[in-house]
Amino acid sequence: MAITWESFWKVTLRLLEGFETTCLIFALTLVLALPLGLVISFGSMSKFKPLAYITKVFVWIIRGVPLMLQIFVVFYVPRLMWHAALFTRFNAVIIAFVINYACYFSEIYRGGIESISKGQYEAGQVLGMTKSQIFFRVVLMQVVKRILAPMSNEVITLVKDTALARVIMVAEILKVAEEFASTSALIWPTFYTAVFYLASVGLLTLLFGYIEKKLSYYRV
Amino acid sequence: MALLEVSNIQKNFGKVEVLKGISFELEKGEVLAIIGSSGSGKTTLLRCMNYLEIPDAGKITVDGEPYFDASEGKKLRDGEIRKRRLHFGLVFQSFNLFPQYTVMQNLVLAARLLRRDELKKQYKNKEITKEQYNALKAKINPETEQKARELLEKVGLTEKADFYPCQLSGGQQQRAAIARALSLTPDILCFDEPTSALDPELTGEVLNVIRSLKSRDSTMIVVTHEMEFAANVADKILFMANGVIEEFGTPEEVFGNPKSPILKHFLGKHAVNN
Repeated sequence: MAITWESFWKVTLRLLEGFETTCLIFALTLVLALPLGLVISFGSMSKFKPLAYITKVFVWIIRGVPLMLQIFVVFYVPRLMWHAALFTRFNAVIIAFVINYACYFSEIYRGGIESISKGQYEAGQVLGMTKSQIFFRVVLMQVVKRILAPMSNEVITLVKDTALARVIMVAEILKVAEEFASTSALIWPTFYTAVFYLASVGLLTLLFGYIEKKLSYYRV
Repeated sequence: MALLEVSNIQKNFGKVEVLKGISFELEKGEVLAIIGSSGSGKTTLLRCMNYLEIPDAGKITVDGEPYFDASEGKKLRDGEIRKRRLHFGLVFQSFNLFPQYTVMQNLVLAARLLRRDELKKQYKNKEITKEQYNALKAKINPETEQKARELLEKVGLTEKADFYPCQLSGGQQQRAAIARALSLTPDILCFDEPTSALDPELTGEVLNVIRSLKSRDSTMIVVTHEMEFAANVADKILFMANGVIEEFGTPEEVFGNPKSPILKHFLGKHAVNN
């Protein structure tokens, strides 16, 4: 079937609906996983060894199992074990994504935090600052600058990982495009989704470049 | 009574005894230079005085008040340690300025946090009213800034207040760090090899600033390899070797008439021309 302006317009509108879901998964995962990752990184750096050990095993499991499988686990396990629909499809996706990404973020945070010299902490200490003041006023901004590049990698990966939501029938953009293929035998909408992904990643690349420039006034 | 009394400080790192019972006294207004080879324990001693290391044994009193006591040391609350360590200021070998803040922000940060905390506590304990709290709080920023400007003038960095550390030379960074250490008006200002990370042509400006700080009521402890500076500026010299005080006395005694063979050997390597 030839691409007409009419069909193009119709497909674009439908894909935009799917893209909205894609954006929602992306944004919610980021907003929730960024702080949770920091908490997990504190756990893995804890001086209380059992906590550090448990956290590390947890991170190992989450990073060692495909995200797709984790989505299945969150969605199906409560249904199979207790016959309870604990989460909606969309919520199951968010939970799996947030936990998965928080674990990856936690390792990036840990690397960043451990790279800050002991001298920065000591300078804060001899000035009578509390531990949390030292972390939030002195260390954190330096960590942010250090981890910007690995973070931008993860965030860009997240844009494309949202496509995994379709394994439990969440209608993100790629799922919507596939429906055109199965119902109307239209294959081009599937390829057309690349435009949306590329535009998003392009925008994020510009944003990270901008932040990097904004933070270039100091060196760590 | 001496301002600072250090008695029998001992510190081990694992099985290595770094400090084997250090005792000395320092009067108000005196400058003490601690000299000795690398690994003799000078820096560890300084760090013990700033609660960056906790000694295994010994006692320190400042102005007659207990500052450190090994028998209570390890169970002290964080807040108590923070309060006590304000008796001391410390200038690091590697400056350790906060890179994301300007020189001015480096100087006012801790003072502001501290005064805000104190004020909050007073308000919580109902020692001051809400109006008083607000009025006092509004004063914190201008007052700390005023004080920071005075300190920057002292170290000759008035023009650099709004510069970031990476825009300054090593000597300027260290002078800023000295001003920052003074921002909380410590009773005793410590320097941990303040010029060791600097190019030879920059050490002069830092040593001159330290020299200019010398006055009747500023007490300083300087760990240094600059023998000439120690001889000219210090009132007392403490020579350490292998974790013990090998010699302690005035520059004339220590440099002019060294008794221990280790000190004679050490001075032979670091000629003093004064």
